[in-house]
Parts: sequence; structure tokens; C-alpha cells
Amino acid sequence: MNKILSKEHFSQNVVKFVVEAPMIAKSRRPGHFVIVRCGEHGERIPLTITDADVDKGTITLVIQAVGESTKKMCALEPGEYFTDVVGPLGQATHIEKVGTVVCCGGGVGVAPLLPIVKAMKEAGNRVITVLAARTKDLIILESEVRPYSDEVIIMTDDGSYGKKGLVTNGVEEVILREKVDLVVTIGPAIMMKFVSLLTKKYEVPTMCSLNTIMVDGTGMCGACRVTVDGKTKFVCIDGPEFDAHKVDFDEMLMRLRSYN
Amino acid sequence: MTISPREAAWREDLRKAHSAKERAAIPRVKMPELDPAYRITCNEEVNQGISAEQAVLEATRCMDCPNPTCVTGCPVGINIPGFIKEIERGEFLEAAAVLKETSALPAVCGRVCPQEKQCESKCIYHKMKKEPVAIGYLERFAADTARLSSQTTIVGTPARANDASGTGIKVAVVGSGPAGLSFAGDMAKRGYKVTVFEALHEIGGVLKYGIPEFRLPNSIVDEEIDALRDLGVEFVKDCVVGKTLSYDQLLEMGFKGIFVASGAGLPRFMNIPGENLIGVMSSNEYLTRINLMGAGRPGWDTPVLRGKHVAIIGGGNTAMDSVRTARRMGAERAMIVYRRSEAEMPARVEEIKHAKEEGVEFLNLYNPVEYLGDEKGRVTAMRLQRMELGEPDASGRRSPVPVEGAIEEVPVDLVIVSVGVSPNPLIPNTFAGLDVSRRGTIVVDEATMQSSLPELYAGGDIVRGGATVILAMGDGRRAAAAMDEKLSVSD
Repeated sequence: MNKILSKEHFSQNVVKFVVEAPMIAKSRRPGHFVIVRCGEHGERIPLTITDADVDKGTITLVIQAVGESTKKMCALEPGEYFTDVVGPLGQATHIEKVGTVVCCGGGVGVAPLLPIVKAMKEAGNRVITVLAARTKDLIILESEVRPYSDEVIIMTDDGSYGKKGLVTNGVEEVILREKVDLVVTIGPAIMMKFVSLLTKKYEVPTMCSLNTIMVDGTGMCGACRVTVDGKTKFVCIDGPEFDAHKVDFDEMLMRLRSYN
Repeated sequence: MTISPREAAWREDLRKAHSAKERAAIPRVKMPELDPAYRITCNEEVNQGISAEQAVLEATRCMDCPNPTCVTGCPVGINIPGFIKEIERGEFLEAAAVLKETSALPAVCGRVCPQEKQCESKCIYHKMKKEPVAIGYLERFAADTARLSSQTTIVGTPARANDASGTGIKVAVVGSGPAGLSFAGDMAKRGYKVTVFEALHEIGGVLKYGIPEFRLPNSIVDEEIDALRDLGVEFVKDCVVGKTLSYDQLLEMGFKGIFVASGAGLPRFMNIPGENLIGVMSSNEYLTRINLMGAGRPGWDTPVLRGKHVAIIGGGNTAMDSVRTARRMGAERAMIVYRRSEAEMPARVEEIKHAKEEGVEFLNLYNPVEYLGDEKGRVTAMRLQRMELGEPDASGRRSPVPVEGAIEEVPVDLVIVSVGVSPNPLIPNTFAGLDVSRRGTIVVDEATMQSSLPELYAGGDIVRGGATVILAMGDGRRAAAAMDEKLSVSD
């Protein structure tokens, strides 16, 4: 049982929780995820850790209400508990100084992007962050990424905030303007697919963080398997981060619809 | 340590009560089972257990041999004639106490052990061309009787466990499956402060997520776990050692010994085309969704795919568990696809029998080579290669060889791949200095189960790479004995 200490609505369907989890807070690194369960009959849902406070023994999770389980989670209030939070799971992000890094996130994908933006900046990189969403209200964590970004580019589909266009337009603008050494992309699978296609064209190394269907999250079930460079990999233990240019996104998109 | 010794006066009297001929004339008891037509509509335990009268009669069949060979067939060396003779004289709780002396989980072993390959295969009756004593049924009877009478007093516990302070030495267990529970029980009885760390949200490991309710009810596992709690064992769930807690953190927390029993968590696939289609999954995923996550039960959130035409690839116990589960989930056609013949099948004879009674089809001497899907990526058919048996291979079984050109297409909408598991890489990858084999198993001294890290012992599938509940428990026992010896000397 993990107590919820605070809750903040980013938008109607996107909620930020600060949750008590001292052991996880201590062990987690950027890129790690947790599996969360809500209710004794609840599903095990993988969620990337957005932030952690070792002193307070807390982790931050950003949850988008999309299915039954995430709706239940988003309905929880401070003082209530998640039934289970286990982690940190997966491989931590490989952080090093490479030069200029473009971190691009779409929708709720900005939440797992935040710790990577921070770490990349702290490692001495020039960090350009591209945040994208359908509309202004869905742009999240802008003020959190700003202090760690040399530049923040906002893209909205409807042009209600920042520039009108897709995340790929924002990334391409930077690539055409200056030398980019690494792109990090986190968001919906379809978005990562198109970012990957774009950066492949410009031959810019690109890392993505995948959020597939999982059950245990420790390598036991294989529900999360993806094809990377022609080989089957488990997102939970081999990932969640992979070389985006080698990921078979079409297969991943197909597998994400297993239970729809 | 021995309770119920062979020399006890009551046992001598009991031996004289019937002649060998009289004992041998009694037919082996039949396990009462639920009717197949009924049992595939529910998850109720198939084997109903034998009655007290049946148990006493079956126990009477046992000759109480001077050199009981059955014991040599038991990986944990249970005093088999000892507990059986207690049953014969009607002391059922004493019988359970004899079991508890060596086995932390007798109600589990009585249900899932392959007795026909172990103790019962060594029974003297085989030499007389008769069916062996039903040791497994009797074990289950004694354990269940003790459970139901809720007299869980541990008889024959070494003196130190009764001392409230115990040794006070802290030991950690990684994983709460059969190896971990067995080790925990033995160490708690020796007076150690035992903490078991479990990655999942339920205690029990494969006994919970793997073995289905109709073969091993979860309530039985829970009672065994409660008995360990009564011995002072502490359980911490949702804790992945190697991730949540590091090896160094465990040592900093004051654990003087660590027993790793993290299991063979990683499902194997065959790397054939179409294996990542929707509707093709590991038996681990299928069984975990249903057994651990309650998929298919009203009010539980986890989904599971229900197929009408379901194929299970493999011939082991997990394959049988999966195919019988598929029948219960509504499959009209549930098939085992196995590349050898039934004679080579690793599954228990009883499991195969039960599966057949439940209408499972056996496509033996077939091997899948490809899965085909529709435009949405859902599996619709499998292409099977006909096989024939060639020369014996390294396992001593005749190896399957493809029959050239003989490929058949069979429609399926769910495929469960059950071709084995690899050791979970989590601990081997995160414990620096730990010796790991090429297969990914932890290398240990076979006698002591000690690894290359002096504080760390290991057992079960993380060492064996895929074995049985009882072998895992045997490892737990050996590791406990060796760790106790080391810690009590250095104490």
C-alpha cells in the first residue's frame, strides 16, 4: 500500500500524483518505471517515474485516464492508497555528454521525458525540448522542463499555443538549423514512429522509450515483446529504451491493440 | 530427529497385524475426481482427496520395508513409511507432523509432485508387478487432515526454534516460490529471523501464478504460508531484489545470509514467423493473467484473450495446465501440439489423463513452423510440420525429425507457447561478482548451494533452469542446512 500525498490535475484526464515509496525513490534512475495496481482485483499498469525525492521518500507519477484501470487511479485522492507500487523496473537511461540533445515528448509522454531532460542537462548537454499536444490545455510540465532546457519549442495541432504543427515539425526545424547529436522521443507509439522516420532521414541517432502492454514487468510474461533490429526483445527488462531506428513500430502498434 | 521410528513398539505391532500377502491383496485406492463434463465448467479442484477409511486401507498396503526404497526416490527424503504407518494406526495428525519434519509444504507436494517418477517409482510393489502404494494421495490426506483440524503445531522442531529469542541472525530470501518457502521454513525452525522478498503482489511464486486452481487451490498455498508466518517468517511483497533493493543494501540491512530462489522467470519462444501476432503468448502470460490476476472472473480488471480454437505448444506440465485452463475458458477445440510422441512427454501421467478426459486433442509429432494472421494482426492459423522419431538425443529421448514436405495448416485463434523457461536474469545481472553459467543460471556448490558470493546461496529454477516444485524444495532444505552450519560457526 502506497499513500498518495498530493494530486494535481494537468488537464481533465491527466493527473500528477506524489506517492510514498521510499525504497523506490532511493533506487530509481531516469528511465525507470514502476508497476502500479489499484484495488485488490486491479490490473498491473506500467508507469514511468517522472520524478523522485529521496529525502521525502516519494516518487511522482503522471497518469492519463485512458482505460478502466487508469480511470480508477485518476479518481484516487490524497490520503488514499495505491494497492501496490513495485519498482524501479527496466534499464535506466544511458546518460552522457554528447553535445546537443533534442528531447521531444507528446501528450503524457512528457512526464517520463522530464527526468531525462534534467539528466541530459546535468551531464552538460545543450538540451532543446519540444513539447507537443493536440491543444494548449494538454501541454504539460512546461515550467518543469524550462529550467533544464536551453530552448523549449511548443507545438500544438490546432495552433492554440506555440507553433501550429506536429512534434515532427518542431524537431525538423531544429535539425535543419543546427547539428543535433541525439534525439530522445517519448510519447504515443505513432508519434515515436514518425519522429523515428524523420530522424532516420537525417541520420540523427534517436532513442525512444516504449510503453507496451505488461503484466509482471520483470521478464516473466513476455506480453511486452517488441522486435528490435529483427530480434524479439522484452521492453520490461531489455528496455524500456531502445534505438528508435531499429524498433518495428508497426508491430508494436498492432500489439498495443491486443485487447481493444 | 526421527519421530515415528521403525523400532517403535506400536510399529512392530502394526507390522504383525497383517501378513504381507494380506497387504498385497488390497487394491490401490482410486482418487475420487470431479466429473470431466462438470469440471471444465469451473475452476474447482479436480482431485477430491481420499476419505479416512480409504487412507487407512491404502496405508495398510504399505509393507513398512526394513530398507524403504521409496525414501530414496524423494528429493527431500521424507520419512515415508513413518507417516504412512501413523495413518494406518489412525494418528493422522502425527502423520502430518512426520511430513512437516522434512517438507515445508506437504499439502502442496501431495498435489503437484510427480510421485510416479519419484517415491512411488521405487515402491517394492513394482517388483511384485503390482501398483505402488499411493504415497502422494496419503501425503495429501495427512496434510489436509492437519490443515482442516487447524492443529498446526510443529512437532519435532529443533529446540532452538522454541526459544523465543532464537539465534536472532537475520537471513533474507529472494522469491516466495517453493524453494524460498522451504528454505524459510527450515531456517525459521532453526531460530533465524527470516524475511522473504517477493517481486509480485502475492506470496507463493509459481504456486500462485503458475499452477491453476483446479490442480492446486490458492487457499492451500495461503494456509502453508500462514503456517510459516506463525513460525515468525516475515514476507515483503512488491520488492524486486536487484532493483528495489541492491545486494549491498541487503547486507547493510544486517542480513548475514541471502538465499536466492528467484525462479525461471523468462519464457522461451521459438523465433518462428508470426510469433508476435496478437493471440500468440507465453504460457506464463496466459496462466498469470488467469491465476494471479483473476482474468475472466467477474469484477477483476485484467483482460485475457479467449480462443475458440486454442493450441498449446509443448508437452510439459505447464502445457497441460494451459490447455486445461483453455477448456475452462470456453475453448471448443483445445489442442496440445508436441513435437515428439506421448511416450516422451515430460508432463505427469495424471495431467495427460485429466487433459484427455476433458476433451483435449493431442497433435503429437507436430511442430509449428509459422503462424498466420489477418489484416489486424490476429493469429488465424498455424502451419505445422509433421515429425517422426529418429535416434535418441542427449536427453535419452528419441529426437524428432521433420518429415520433408509434410506441412499442414490448422485454424487457431489463440496459441500458447509453452516450450520452457530461462532463468530470470534480474539477479545475475545486478549482483556483481556472482558466477553465472552460460545458460544464465547461478552457479552453486551442489552440496551446499553456496554461490561464488560467500553470503549468497541459491536454489530452485534459478540454479536448475526449470525443474519441479519438490526439487526446488530440496534445494531450499540443503541451502538452509549449509547456511545454518556456516552461520552458527561464525556466530
